Amino acid sequence: MTSSEAAAPQASRWNAKSDVIVIGGGHNGLVCAALLARSGRKVLVLEAAVEAGGGARTEEFAPGFRVSSVAHILNRLHPDVVKELSLEAHGLKLEPATHISSVSLSTDDDPLVLTGAYGEGLLGASDKEAAAWKDLRAQLFRYAGILKPFLSRRPPDLGGRMSMAETFALGQTALALKKLGKEDMRDFLRVILMNVADLLDEQLTDNRLKGLLAFDAVLGSHLGPRSPTSLLGLYYRLAGEIGGRAGAQTVPAGGMGAVTAAIVASAEKAGVVLRTDAAVRRIVVENGRAAGVVLESGEEISGSLVVSAADPSTTFLELVGPRELNTGFVRKVGNIRKNGDAAKLHLALDRPPQFAGIDTTGLRGRLVIAPSTDHVERAFNPSKYGEFSPEPVMEITLPSLADPSLAPSGACVLSAVVQYAPYRLREGWDAGKPKFLKAIMNILERYAPGIGKTVRHAELLTPRDIERRYRMPGGHWHHGELQADQMLMSRPVFGAEGYATPIDGLYLCGAGSHPGGGVSGAPGLNAARRIIALER
Amino acid sequence: MGKTAKKTSSPYAGRIAARSHFRTLRLDTPFQPRIDALMKQNDWYSWAGYRAPASLWDEELEYFAIRSTAALFDISPMVKYLIQGPDSEAYLDRVTLRDVTRLRPGRVQYTAWCDDEGHVLDDGTLFRLTEDAFRLCCQERHLPWLLDSAIGYDVSIVEETEEIAGLALQGPTSFAVLREADFDGVEHLKVFDLAGFEHQGGTVTISRTGFTGDLGYELFVPANLALSLWDRLMEAGQARGIRAIGYTALNRARLEAGLIVANADFSTAEHALRPDRVRMPDEIGLGFMVDAKKGHFNGRRAIMAARDGKKLRHVLVGIEIEGNIPAEHAIVYHGKKKEVGLVSAAGWSPLAKRNIAIASLVRPYGHTVNDDLWVEIYAMRELKYERLMKRARIVPRPFIKLDRRTANPPADF
Repeated sequence: MTSSEAAAPQASRWNAKSDVIVIGGGHNGLVCAALLARSGRKVLVLEAAVEAGGGARTEEFAPGFRVSSVAHILNRLHPDVVKELSLEAHGLKLEPATHISSVSLSTDDDPLVLTGAYGEGLLGASDKEAAAWKDLRAQLFRYAGILKPFLSRRPPDLGGRMSMAETFALGQTALALKKLGKEDMRDFLRVILMNVADLLDEQLTDNRLKGLLAFDAVLGSHLGPRSPTSLLGLYYRLAGEIGGRAGAQTVPAGGMGAVTAAIVASAEKAGVVLRTDAAVRRIVVENGRAAGVVLESGEEISGSLVVSAADPSTTFLELVGPRELNTGFVRKVGNIRKNGDAAKLHLALDRPPQFAGIDTTGLRGRLVIAPSTDHVERAFNPSKYGEFSPEPVMEITLPSLADPSLAPSGACVLSAVVQYAPYRLREGWDAGKPKFLKAIMNILERYAPGIGKTVRHAELLTPRDIERRYRMPGGHWHHGELQADQMLMSRPVFGAEGYATPIDGLYLCGAGSHPGGGVSGAPGLNAARRIIALER
Repeated sequence: MGKTAKKTSSPYAGRIAARSHFRTLRLDTPFQPRIDALMKQNDWYSWAGYRAPASLWDEELEYFAIRSTAALFDISPMVKYLIQGPDSEAYLDRVTLRDVTRLRPGRVQYTAWCDDEGHVLDDGTLFRLTEDAFRLCCQERHLPWLLDSAIGYDVSIVEETEEIAGLALQGPTSFAVLREADFDGVEHLKVFDLAGFEHQGGTVTISRTGFTGDLGYELFVPANLALSLWDRLMEAGQARGIRAIGYTALNRARLEAGLIVANADFSTAEHALRPDRVRMPDEIGLGFMVDAKKGHFNGRRAIMAARDGKKLRHVLVGIEIEGNIPAEHAIVYHGKKKEVGLVSAAGWSPLAKRNIAIASLVRPYGHTVNDDLWVEIYAMRELKYERLMKRARIVPRPFIKLDRRTANPPADF
């Protein structure tokens, strides 16, 4: 499938005029490559690691145990990507039978279960709370729906260089807003930059429900539920859909690597050549125009377009280098906030853990330990001062229950995203990592008594580890904080917000660009569309 | 030097401490004791926060010292940066408009630099002291910009405005003064050459540069050698009409030479508040500096795009105005009706015997439409404005051209 054996002698193949070099074989790079190949271009993808996928891979972390390495839940793979790349024909399963529920765990109470697509049903809550949730859920999806069309477009162009279609699409958003009605539009504008905690307090009472929503809003960002604008994170999540159902989520059989495999298959069918173990050292710029790349091996590959799925700081400050850029632009890129605050835990367990009040169906869902808004906020507090949460919050999946091939017979894989774990830990992660693992295990023991004794192997990836292993500076899966000031035309920075960059022939297509990270393929999709529009 | 900044954990503490000049509201230069002693008028003005003389005794005599004998002008308030390191040439080539790789050690370049949008941040002189050391002199402070521009270069940038004192010695006898002061070898300096000379166990850097369009030199020394250098020059110049001068006289000379002053003839990008006040090099007569043949430099894309797309909106021109009334800050009209620009500097040129000015016009006026231009002068005459509409003609700058400025060897007296 890959062609790491295709080394130097083939390079000359890529000297023809129409060639595109994509740096980075993560899902966004591959999506972009596939779409460009389908538009008739010869595309070469260069991936530094020995296999494609970036943060969307399935890797063995202990003998016989495999796990989705960074991303472990699929909830926003863009429908246009699924369609245009025919991913279902290439083996990706997204039908509702594979969708999973969310379970909010609590030590004081029974678990609360959000069934269907993000809580179409609510099990374990009072009728009154269920009714309140029904209203709030409808409102959240209504408002997320206004923002949703932005995901698959380039950000609005403040310079007014928009095509008729783009201007029309923006007008549609204005129309959608107006269609909400006066009251609802007012409320949309009132809440959009609110913190999630205040909104939840307005409408809900159940701590388990509020805790879960607060957790989902701040997942993957350096925000607590009471931080201004934290609600945006929830809208971002709910603007995603799976199998046509907004808010749905799934754990793909075979792990996230299966998603990558489908994209790779589609890309290769379109003619994309993927070279792994081919780290790029620098982008060659000649007369202000990208002319190719130089690999770490010293090999030079020329191409008329270079598309980088690497994060924007790496792309500009290391691969291009400040010398080809303006000082003000370098300043802006240097100021991108990109320090991750989430860790990833992988446990190889002798047997499936027992969570109180959770049956076997429940165990296949997404288990969230965020028993209240306050709990999430308290977990966040220390991270502001360079300390990890002594009582971390987390979302857990047990992927081997649905796909036994991920673990030896009878054994179990636990995969968890754990917050908060600041990239710049004051005591340093060498000293902090064992302590943080202990804190996490204490929490797990509280919810699944006896789990500690069944741990055969534990792998904890701090943001430092994620940075090193997946080439994401700051260890941030969004390639830069996804907050209001780093969204839309401010993502990654003004001057590179529309996938085109100050260097002619160089484009961005990674999570650092609009709309952001998560396994969506949206940045890759938008970048490809932009390149096709600009580079005829 | 001001007090040091408060102890702080800010990552910018070093930068803040390096820019403490503003903590003293009115700074003195290292030459202040000598200038104070000669100051008869108490006619001071603020030059970048420094107490600087507008005129010491008589501005007419001071002007004629520039043109007839030798004038000594304190340029210490000029902002100065020492830029050193193996990458300093490449660094300056990216920061400034001109090709620095063609600036040899011992030479000086008049240059300018721009922000990302191609708007001029400042103009100044770049002295190549050695292969790896440069001094950049300019009107405004730029330390944060210069430091941020250094990302990716092996280069050090030190602000030395207060540590280095500067003097301009300008006028037909200026070379004779230096020779008399025993600066041996100064006769070898051609225009825009520089060299180091011994002074009191230290080094004075002398360049054949200036801001007058006349034969002249600029001298830079460590602040502790300032007074003895002043004395050495004044003593040597006694018989050659040396005179300390203030800015009013210099300003007339620089106008005759057609030279522009940042934030007087154009607004620098970081000072401009209104979006239409910023200027590209081509809009202030500095287009000649832009070297399209060299590699990337700050603002390149924007400058080239503006040129290609005919987006340049302004033009800076020299004009000659009928009559002899100075047209300072007068509005420029086309056909006496349409407002097309503003005069930024104006005055009677004693040397050219013409009424001259520098003006910024909105294109195409001053660029392709040069006829039927007028300036409206409001001359205050005993509490009444006399409104004069005077014909203006675009003329080349400089308004005067003196062979002695470039003559080799320089004339002795």
